This record gives sequence, structure tokens and C-alpha cells, in this order.
Amino acid sequence: MVRPLLNVPREVRAGVAFEVRILIQHAMETGFRRDAMGMVVAQDIINRFECAVDGEEVFSATLHPAISANPYLAFSARLGRSGTMVLRWVDDRGGEGREEVSISVS
Amino acid sequence: MMVLPRRAFVLMAAAGVVLPAGVRAKPGEVEALIRAVAGGGVVRAGRVRLAVPELVENGNAVGISVGAEVPAGAVLTDIHVFADGNPRPGVAHFRFGRLSGGGKVATRIRLATSQTVHAVAVFADGSCWHDSVSVLVTLSACLDD
Amino acid sequence: MLVCLGLLGAAEEKRSGYDDAGPQVRAMQDDDLANPAFLWVQQGAAVWGQGCADCHGAVEGMRGVAARYPVVERGRVVNLEQRVNECRVERQGVAALAPEGEAMLGVTALIGLQSRGMAVAVDVSGPAAGHVARGEAFFRLRQGQLNLSCAQCHEQLAGQSLAGARIVQGHANAYPIYRLEWQGMGSLFRRLRACLTGVRAEVLGRDEGLLGDLELFLAARGAGLKVETPGVRP
Repeated sequence: MVRPLLNVPREVRAGVAFEVRILIQHAMETGFRRDAMGMVVAQDIINRFECAVDGEEVFSATLHPAISANPYLAFSARLGRSGTMVLRWVDDRGGEGREEVSISVS
Repeated sequence: MMVLPRRAFVLMAAAGVVLPAGVRAKPGEVEALIRAVAGGGVVRAGRVRLAVPELVENGNAVGISVGAEVPAGAVLTDIHVFADGNPRPGVAHFRFGRLSGGGKVATRIRLATSQTVHAVAVFADGSCWHDSVSVLVTLSACLDD
Repeated sequence: MLVCLGLLGAAEEKRSGYDDAGPQVRAMQDDDLANPAFLWVQQGAAVWGQGCADCHGAVEGMRGVAARYPVVERGRVVNLEQRVNECRVERQGVAALAPEGEAMLGVTALIGLQSRGMAVAVDVSGPAAGHVARGEAFFRLRQGQLNLSCAQCHEQLAGQSLAGARIVQGHANAYPIYRLEWQGMGSLFRRLRACLTGVRAEVLGRDEGLLGDLELFLAARGAGLKVETPGVRP
């Protein structure tokens, strides 16, 4: 997969919420479209997205075909200590994406 | 003169849309899904706010945000989003972990036609909160491949 | 320019498609982290690094280039995509990029982005004048089964409604664009092809001279508008 556009602050204050924004390139094929030959184009969407810091879940999403192409997600996190944020997602064909960001908390 | 653009519109509107507008979730389907989320408990108004523009230019990417008000001591665990006019009503199910920074999430969704979008927030104590917005999706005049 | 070309009525203001888009679409274009076109820009940066940079250096050096494209050279109009491929084939000795492919859309979006905020200012003097005139004639030509010209919708009826949508003036100052209808990125050619198909006219080939003339005319007609590349449109 092509790398996403990810916006996460590298330095945050302890206990203060901050925003995480991600934009992932994906057609999010709905499974409702037909091609020029009239055949249904198989569904292929990012169906699962997870964000965790040092293994502890921050936010996760189960997604359906109603999520737009090139999905955009914005959510927030609040950390007590420094850690590594891992963002992972998978699509219907087994394609996977992963990003990792070290966040230092002061 | 004025007739021609209308003719153009009819021809161009015949091109395919991504979510077939003629196919809607069955009546009552969203209500049933919300009841299932609540596990038979009461679903109340308040604590959750769904923001969706009421007039949408193109149903392929409609920005939405859901914000839950989390009182001290309460813990938000889930937000579900449903759309009753899409062929399948499920849109997304968000889960909020201990490190979540408050109950806010924003994304972009597809709306096949004018319809009502629903958000349900579930708290750790089992309480369920609901909000909905009716959205008017205008037809794009010039569609193409 | 406005006066000598006589393109728009004196009282009419040039409006970018951005001005006629709804608040959601404008917000998406205003925020580079929400604008999906930047996924393509990122791919364009990779393309730039694989050869373009060897001669041209940092892409920031391309500031102003997209604002003055297309240009007239050796008797024909050359747009940014054609220039990129000419450069690749003749100077780099590598394969041309596929039109509408992610690499081409990405690199033209990246180059266009360097001119963002600058006024569209193509050279319409000398040999360019004839191309602009031919482009304008095509713009005003009624064609297709619907017997409509570009000018009828995008000049005479601009600002009015077609179904739920505002009819835009049809400027080219934000290409390549991320179009919600396409759920992806596309070039000006893709947009023009859609218009020609829409009125059921003969669709010109991508490299036909008349399309170059039209592109040059559109740029001249939009002179002074700010480059918005990569734009977002409904």
C-alpha cells in the first residue's frame, strides 16, 4: 500500500488530549458497482483500522462500504507517558498498512 | 435554450452512481440495529452529537463527526453510525480505549440518497445515547465515468 | 486581457470552481491534511526524486511554471503533462508516464502545487495568438447531439443551477483535481472528455492539437485567477 498522510504530534503534554488524523489511499470498492461487462466488481474495502500505544488500544474502527474512497479518520488520544503509537489497517484482499510514530510525553 | 441543459441532465444522470440509489435498507432495519446495540436497554437522546451537513453536493464523500459528552466518572466505549437510505445501513463502529482522548471521531462517508444518519454512543455502564440528522443529497448534474 | 479577448461581460467577475463549491468541498481543499489529492502529490514527490531532480533540483524551483502553462512551442501547444513526458523520453531516456496514472497525476499535481496562489498568466502573444483564437472558436462551437457549446453553459448560464449544482465558469486553474464524483484524481483532459461526452459530441484524442488550443484558451480566459492545484471539486 501507498503510505498514508498521517498527522500526529511528536511531542505532547501528559494527560492532554491531542488529535490523530490519517488519510489512506484506497478505492474502497463497495461491491455494488458493475464493470463495463456488467460483472459486479468485488467488494474491497479497508474493513478494520486500529490504533494502539505500546500495545494498549487507543481507538479502533470496523468499517463498511459506506466509508468514502481514500478514507479519512480523525480521533484523539491522551497519554500519560512516552510510547510508540502503531496504526494498522487491513482490507478485504488481505492488504495491510502500518505506520509507527514515537511520541514523547512531557 | 433552457430545455437543452435539462436534456443534458437526463442523459448524464443515467451514468452509474456508486451506491445504487434505488436500493435502501429495509424499513425498520436501522431501528433493529440500534436495539441490538442497546441490548434491549433504553436508548436516550443526549450525550452524543452527530454533525452532518444537511445539504450535500456529492454523496460520495460527506464529512461527518460524532462527539460524545463524557461526564466525570463515565467511560465511553463505542460509537455506531448507521445510514437508513444506503443499501446496507452499517457505516462504521468505533471503539474507544483507555488512552482515547475523549469521545470524538470524524470521517467521510457515502450517502446513496437523501436519508437519515444515526449515531449511537454506548458507555461502560451500558447506557445508550442516540442522535440523528436528516440529510438532503442533491443529484449531481454532470456525471461521468 | 479580459477586455481584449472579450471573454466575459465587463460586470461579470471571474469565479473559480472553488467559489461555486459548497462549504464542505472548500474546507477539503483548504486543508492539505484533509485533501486526498495530497496522497497523489506524495507519489509525485517520489517520481520527482527518480530523475526530475537530477536536472531541476528541488521541486520548489518549479514555482511559477504551472502558472504559465500551457506554452506554445514549434507550432503546437504543450501542456505540463506533455512536457513531463517529453522530458522523460528525450532527456532521461525513460518511459513516458501513463496519462491519468498515479505517477503522472502526482507529478503534475506536485509541480502545480509549487505555483499555488500565483495568478494564472499564460503567454498569448506572437505565435500563441492563433492557438488562443482557435481554442476560443472551439469553445464557442455548438456541437454534439445536444448542440451545445462550452460557452452556452459556462459563460451564458454560469451561476445558474443545473439540477442541484451551480453551473461553474469552467476555469482550469485547479488541475489536476480530486473530484468527489470520480472518487479520485483526474486531469483537465478527463474533465473535458466528460463534458464532450455529456453533450454527445465527438471526443477528441488527448494529443489532438485542438485540445491544446482549447487548454491554452481556457488558461488565457482564466488569467488572473489563482492557481489552486491540487483542487477539490464535487
